[in-house]
Amino acid sequence: MGLLGPVGILKSHEIFRVSPKAADGIRLVGHAQTCLREIDVGFQKIADMVAGYKERRPLGGTGRVTVRRAAYALQGQVMKQSGKWPRSGFGSLVLIAAVLGGGAAAFAYTAGWLSHGRLTPERMIAALAPPGGAPLGHRRNHAKGICFTGAFEANGNGVELSRARIFERGQYSAVGRFNLGTADPNAVDATARVRGLGLQIAAEDGEEWRMALINPPIFAVSTPQAFHELLIASGKKDPEAMKAFIQSNPEFAAFATWAKTAPWTGSYAEDAYHGLNSFIFTDARGGERTVRWSLLPAAQAVPISQAELEKRGPDFLEQEITERIRTAGPQRWTMVTTVADPGDPTADPSKAWPEGRRTVQVGTLVVQRIEQERDGPCRDINFDPTVLPKGIRVSDDPFPAARSSVYRKSYDLRAAEAGSYPRTGTTRP
Amino acid sequence: MSNAPHRFAPIQRILHWLMAACIIAMLFIGVGMVSTVAPTYLPLILIHKTLGVALLVLVVIRLALRLHYGAPALPEDLPPAMKVGARLSHLALYGFMIVMPLLGLGMLWAAAYPVVLFGGIQVPAVLPQSDRAHTLLWNAHFYLGFAFFAIVLLHLAAALFHALVRRDGVFGTMALFSLRNRTTPAE
Repeated sequence: MGLLGPVGILKSHEIFRVSPKAADGIRLVGHAQTCLREIDVGFQKIADMVAGYKERRPLGGTGRVTVRRAAYALQGQVMKQSGKWPRSGFGSLVLIAAVLGGGAAAFAYTAGWLSHGRLTPERMIAALAPPGGAPLGHRRNHAKGICFTGAFEANGNGVELSRARIFERGQYSAVGRFNLGTADPNAVDATARVRGLGLQIAAEDGEEWRMALINPPIFAVSTPQAFHELLIASGKKDPEAMKAFIQSNPEFAAFATWAKTAPWTGSYAEDAYHGLNSFIFTDARGGERTVRWSLLPAAQAVPISQAELEKRGPDFLEQEITERIRTAGPQRWTMVTTVADPGDPTADPSKAWPEGRRTVQVGTLVVQRIEQERDGPCRDINFDPTVLPKGIRVSDDPFPAARSSVYRKSYDLRAAEAGSYPRTGTTRP
Repeated sequence: MSNAPHRFAPIQRILHWLMAACIIAMLFIGVGMVSTVAPTYLPLILIHKTLGVALLVLVVIRLALRLHYGAPALPEDLPPAMKVGARLSHLALYGFMIVMPLLGLGMLWAAAYPVVLFGGIQVPAVLPQSDRAHTLLWNAHFYLGFAFFAIVLLHLAAALFHALVRRDGVFGTMALFSLRNRTTPAE
């Protein structure tokens, strides 16, 4: 389609966007009427020229340019005499502006710039920040930790639940991190009620299984939104804020009871760590089961009081686990998977599954070596619980996705702030 | 016009519109996924990674086709400034199509994330973990994404300007269907 097409058949009534009948009916006076007539004569001339060129040779080259120039000159005359753009051109510009504006607005909406209520990873991370400010260069939560390396020894029992290579009998390399549930990397050990374990198990084919577990047997809340509200409420000085939170999130009571009554231990090695979130295991025949898993310690737990732990020093747990492995050798945890029955609350990690569910011991985590986080192998790992091998996938539990999104943001931030937590080693830049 | 002189080859036009749809989807998924903690985060990021790698493959094919078939000339009477603008914006679009997936892959590698696409396809890492490289690549991928969207909007505006205001046949060179009967503005 070229300009000649429209020019050849355009009539003045088309430029002014009125139907031929209406144009006939419109009583145009004096100058305007003459003007329109002149335009039509002009159009006719151009059409004749086009016809002439068409007869002689295919359109192109200078002939086409001449005709086009004539058309533009005519259009210019129309605009001058009518005092504005022809409406068709103006309408097109409005349409273009509308398309661009609409596109940009849709983009801004998708990015969340127009919806301030959306729970973004940034808002979650802002809520995690302690009063003293975010721990630059560190994880935004579970900021205090120490690295370990070792192995996951699969006993082969997991194969009946999942086709993941990692469940086939054998040894797989493991990197992990013992940590405290606090946003302060310098927190005193006895101030952190929750302890955690991050773990990455790698199969030889390059597949990885990452997870981050904690020592309470149930999670504090049912949804990521409620977790955000918990962070906001617990950060407020007003005691009514927590009361109001508990009233609207009654599931928090079970966690609060655990926090008040469960014994403390004096070692990372004596704690059990629970995945809490449910995942779907797919076996070799395509059969699916929803499971949760835990790491249960081989070491005997020796309960101590919070006051006693405080007396032992602010960084006792890191010193203790280093010393224990140096003197007593590798520490072990049994990985136990629990299979849900139909109807169990798979989407809510604050609800324990009833007793008597089928459990399968799938292997043993062996922690062989402790390294400081600053230069250690766990520093560079984001223990994103959605990094899963084939044979394991997320369930209807909303937490793994939310954790993945927030952990990713936390990783991006601490990588950019690495200068605030400088490495001392010479191995990595 | 009945004897339209030059158009892009059909395979070029198909690829253009296919990639246009995918790229616009990628830009929207990109800003959407990083601003949510909802369960849709996971499928969105999986689509973003898979489509990104697919687009990297497609742009290589597209460049080869462009070198083979060439492109129709712009109208001779197009003002020189618009011609330069067209050239530069097309160069920028090709640049973004090549660079964006590479930056995306690079930032994942530099963060030690395994790159697993739809269907469990694993893309092996080419870069080692590095805080500095990750930050650089992440920033480039993020901010160039907005620049990419701006250039896409500009491209769309120019296409509509050619199609509706100038009606100079430029739009027709890339249109999927012939526009021979659209000689008058829509009422």
